[in-house]
Parts: sequence; C-alpha cells; structure tokens
Amino acid sequence: MDFTLNDDQKMILELVDEVSEKEFAPRADEISAKGEFPAENIKKLVELDLFGITIPEEYGGLGMDYLTWTLVSERISRACTTTGLIFGTNLLCTYPLLQFGNEEQKKKYLPPLAKGETLGAFALTEPEAGSDAGNVQTTAIKEKDSYVLDGTKIFITNGEVAGTYIIIANMDRARGPRGLTAFIVEKGNPGFSFGQHFDKMGLSALPNVELIFDNCRIPSENLLHKEKRGFRVAMRTFAAGRIGVGIGALGVAEAAFEKAKEYSKERVQFGRSISSFQAIQHILADMATGIETAKYLLYRAAWLLDQNEPFEKISSMGKLYASEVAMKVATKAVQVFGGYGYTKDYPVERYMREAKLFEIIEGTSEIQRGVIANFILKE
Amino acid sequence: MRIIVCIKQVPDTEELAKIKINPATNTLIREGVPSIINPFDENAVEEALRLREKKGGEVTVLSMGPPQAEEALRKTLAMGVDRAILLSDKAFAGADTLATSYTLAIAIKKTGKFDLILCGKQSIEGDTAQVGPGIAEWLNIPQLTYIRKLEVNDNKVRAERVLEDSFEVVETSLPCLVTVTKDINEPRYPSLRGLIKAKKEEIPIWGCHNLSVERKRVGADGSPTQVIKIFTPQPPGKGEILSGEISEVADRLIGEIKKRKIV
Repeated sequence: MDFTLNDDQKMILELVDEVSEKEFAPRADEISAKGEFPAENIKKLVELDLFGITIPEEYGGLGMDYLTWTLVSERISRACTTTGLIFGTNLLCTYPLLQFGNEEQKKKYLPPLAKGETLGAFALTEPEAGSDAGNVQTTAIKEKDSYVLDGTKIFITNGEVAGTYIIIANMDRARGPRGLTAFIVEKGNPGFSFGQHFDKMGLSALPNVELIFDNCRIPSENLLHKEKRGFRVAMRTFAAGRIGVGIGALGVAEAAFEKAKEYSKERVQFGRSISSFQAIQHILADMATGIETAKYLLYRAAWLLDQNEPFEKISSMGKLYASEVAMKVATKAVQVFGGYGYTKDYPVERYMREAKLFEIIEGTSEIQRGVIANFILKE
Repeated sequence: MRIIVCIKQVPDTEELAKIKINPATNTLIREGVPSIINPFDENAVEEALRLREKKGGEVTVLSMGPPQAEEALRKTLAMGVDRAILLSDKAFAGADTLATSYTLAIAIKKTGKFDLILCGKQSIEGDTAQVGPGIAEWLNIPQLTYIRKLEVNDNKVRAERVLEDSFEVVETSLPCLVTVTKDINEPRYPSLRGLIKAKKEEIPIWGCHNLSVERKRVGADGSPTQVIKIFTPQPPGKGEILSGEISEVADRLIGEIKKRKIV
C-alpha cells in the first residue's frame, strides 16, 4: 500500500483545497445557521467536474479512482460538512449504478450524474426499517411491463434536490431481506412525491426528506440488478458509502482539531497560552492520533475498493472509528474552547452537533460492530 | 472573434513576508516565492472566455517572462483558453514597460489577425498600468483602460470606465485593446477536466530567433527606464478636517496655506 500522491492527485487536491478554503469554509457557519441548501457550493463542485471523478470516461466522467475521490471528499468535508455530505451521498447513487446497472441504465443515468447536471440519492430507511434493513415495508408489485411502488422512506439525504433515486422496495414482505428489490426512480415520476423535511440537531442545510410513493408506476427497465436481489445491492452500496460517511466524519474531526489547536495557542490563562499546559497538550495529542489512525483506515478501504479486493470489513471499521473519533475530537474541541466553545460565536459547538450524525447514519456504531464481528468470526 | 489576452506571472502578495528585493539589481528575488497570475489578468482571461462563449471564436494568451511563467499560462489553459504562448528569451530580461509592450505587440502581430486584446489594468507588483496602453500604441489601435463592464456588438465596443469616484461610458470599434478592473467579473476556477487536458498541452516558447524584433528594442537594451531604488514609501500623514462656520474655516485654511508657503 502506498498513499504517496501522484502528480494528478496533487494537482487536483491543490485546486480543491483552494476552492474549499476560499469558497466553502467562510460560508459554512452561515449555511448551517440559515439551514438553506448550499446551491452555490454545489454549483462550484459541478464547475470543477468533481461529481465525475469515479465515473468512467465512457459515461461522461473522469475515470479516476476511489482513493482520489476520498481525498477530495475529505477536503470538502473539512471546509463544510454539509457540502461534503451532499457530495458524498451522490456516490450512493453512482456506485450501485456502476456495479449493478445494465449498459442502457449506465448510459442513461450516469452522464448527467457525472456532470453534476443532476444529483443522486439512495433510499432504504423507513420508520420501521433502519438497523433492521430487511424490514422494508415499501412494496413493489410487478404489473405487465412496469412496477408499482407504494410506501414511505424517511431521512433521505439529497431528497427533493436529487434527480435520480435508487429505491429499495420489497417484492415479498414475508421473506424480509430476500424480497428486497432495487429500482431507479426519477424525480417527477407520477406517484413519487416529497413529504416532511426533518428538522435536525445539526446539519440543518443538509436535505433529509421523506419520500412518498403512492401508486408510483415505473417502467420495468428501471429494475436495478434483479428482482429480490436488492439486499445485496443495498449492502454493497452501504459498504462503499461508509467510506464516504467516514471521510465526512474525518473532515469534521480535522476541522475541530485545527480550531482547537489554533485557539489553544492564542488563549492566555495564568499568564501563558493554554497550549503550554500538559492537560491541553494531551488532548491535542489524542485528537491528532485519532485523526491520523482513522485517515489510514479509510484510505485503505478506498484503496482496496480500487484494487477490486474485499473492502467491506475495512470500510465498516473506518466508518466506525472515524465517526467515534469525530465525536470525541469535537467534544474535546468544545472543552478546549471552554465557555466560548459552548457559544455560537465559535464553530466548535456546530462541529459537535454535526459529529453526532456520523455515529448514526449509514449503519450505527452498534451495527458496524456487528458487521465487523461477522467478518472476523468467519475468517 | 479572435481575442488575445496578455498576462503576467507575479509573486503571491499573500506571501508578502517572503518577498525580497535584490539590492544590487533592484529586482525581485523570485526564488522561493509562490507565483500566481496577476489577479487583474485573471479577470481579463475570464472576460475573454465569456466573450468566446457568447460570440464564438478563440482565445490566445501571451505572457512574457522567465521559463517558469509557463505555469501561469498552463492555468489559463485549464480555465479553458485555446492557445497559450510564452515569450521567453535571455535577451528579454530587464525589460521595462516600453520594451515589454514592444515585445508583446510584435508577438501579437505574429499570432495573426485579432479583434480584441484584453489585459489586466495593471500588475500588482509593478503597478505601472503602462504595458496594456503601450501595446495599443505599438499596434496603433484604440485603447479603453480601467474597464469594469464590457459589451461587444458587431464591430462596436461599449464599456464602463472607472474614474476616481464615478465612471464614464466609452465607445470605440474593433480592433482595440481593453484593460480591465477586478469588478468586471469573478474569474472561474479551472475544472478537473481542464487541468488534465492542460497538463498535456504544448506551450510554444517564442524568443528573439522566431520573433521579428529589433534587438535594440527588447530587454534591458530597449528600456530607457532604470530602477534606481526600490523602497516602501512612508504613508502620508493624516489629513486635517476643518469644520465650523464657512468664513471661519476659510480664514483658517488661508492661514494654513500661508504658513506652509504652499502659494
């Protein structure tokens, strides 16, 4: 394994760093406070061609590897968690299309996603199906040359703003996971509408929306992969998505650490900067060590994915570890800032609220431990 | 529409602390200082690209400078210009604004027929604002300077020209030279696709051997200006504001003028 950056990666990251620092970071507080979708930021990502990184050139992308995507995503997330998650969520649509889509589906749906003309989303979660992913209640019934979807999805990231959705529905509820089937549904399809926008602890500018399917008829060619093979589609997608979610968490951790480090050097108590106290130094050392460790787990997961090797165990470890590091680092960053850290005058309280999300989405920490245990006990 | 843009690579003033001047030659020591495209020139590139998007045609970017100025040109290729040419020759070294504008003008002629030349209003280090107008003089075409808004319709150019506390609307016809201010647009970032494409592109280097220049007009030989000394000027002292009754203020003002022997 060698994570030395090549010239192309260096060039790309230099550009992403510049844009992230100049455009995204200065607006992150405002975006979060207003809770408005950061359309300007997404427009910048489109202009930069960033949505096409992992999509092959034949489908309008740049045909680069997932490690490069991961490095880019880390930088965007560090500057603006919301923008990073919108960017990362797109992968939950492009990855299953690439892995399970047929040629016609790839040709139709990938180019606009690669160019950023449309955003992608993925929907499994329902009121009764979260950690118990097999318990999807949304039904899909085959009728001649179409499928009819009925049910409700909740918390769907990029909901309403996305144009292309991967929807997991159940064709045989009695069989639980074995009835799950994946479909491609386009925004505007009759019978497909949007409900509640969830009001959250943090990341208020990130769209998390209810999707409603009411007698929603889609053509049979929108079946992704095979009937009743949707559980596999979902699990593979989550495995890749965990790299993206983990890297989002890492971004928050890095941002919180930087702020805490800078502040500790400036803040004077007892006549000297608080960074000169061992108590603070140990906090900073733990933060930096956690970040560095999480980083290489996630890079390794991306690298394994690029080598077409099993990456699922490592991506779960990366997501679990990075999200818990993010929560610890953000909480400690508030501690370093003391009373100021608890105010909205500094961004560390925002990081703390944002970090919590990562321990929950894309499989809770408890589910990750279960996934990892399953792998290691089988080895 | 054929558009030429002239750019200059300059030290990044955000890294001001690193910039040193060689006291022997009175020139900037460029080693170790990050370089950027002169910001106003980036606005000129952006304006050229926007005009091309509206009217079609092509954009050629020229820069005179040391071999490393190629990096600045490559960035404009990544932004989407069609062609970039570097004017670089040991004989061009030490050029003042007269010699620089001469060399650029000769190179512009060599690129063929053109409709519009765009430049930044001035560089952020030399600050002379003379090279753009100099090029227009050498080519004997009209010039519009300090432009914050530009419209091109057929052969007509209509522009808003920034004055100290207002602006004027000016018109001329193509071909002409326009220098632009920061307000004219927001330069785009290069795209990933642009970066990758630009990396592979050849940037020709033109020197004395392939430009029909008179040797005595280029570089230090062609430069009547010599820099005697570079220094940071003392900031001017604070002005005094007189207030009160007009007649009283006028008396005090006359008193001050007499005291300081201004008249």
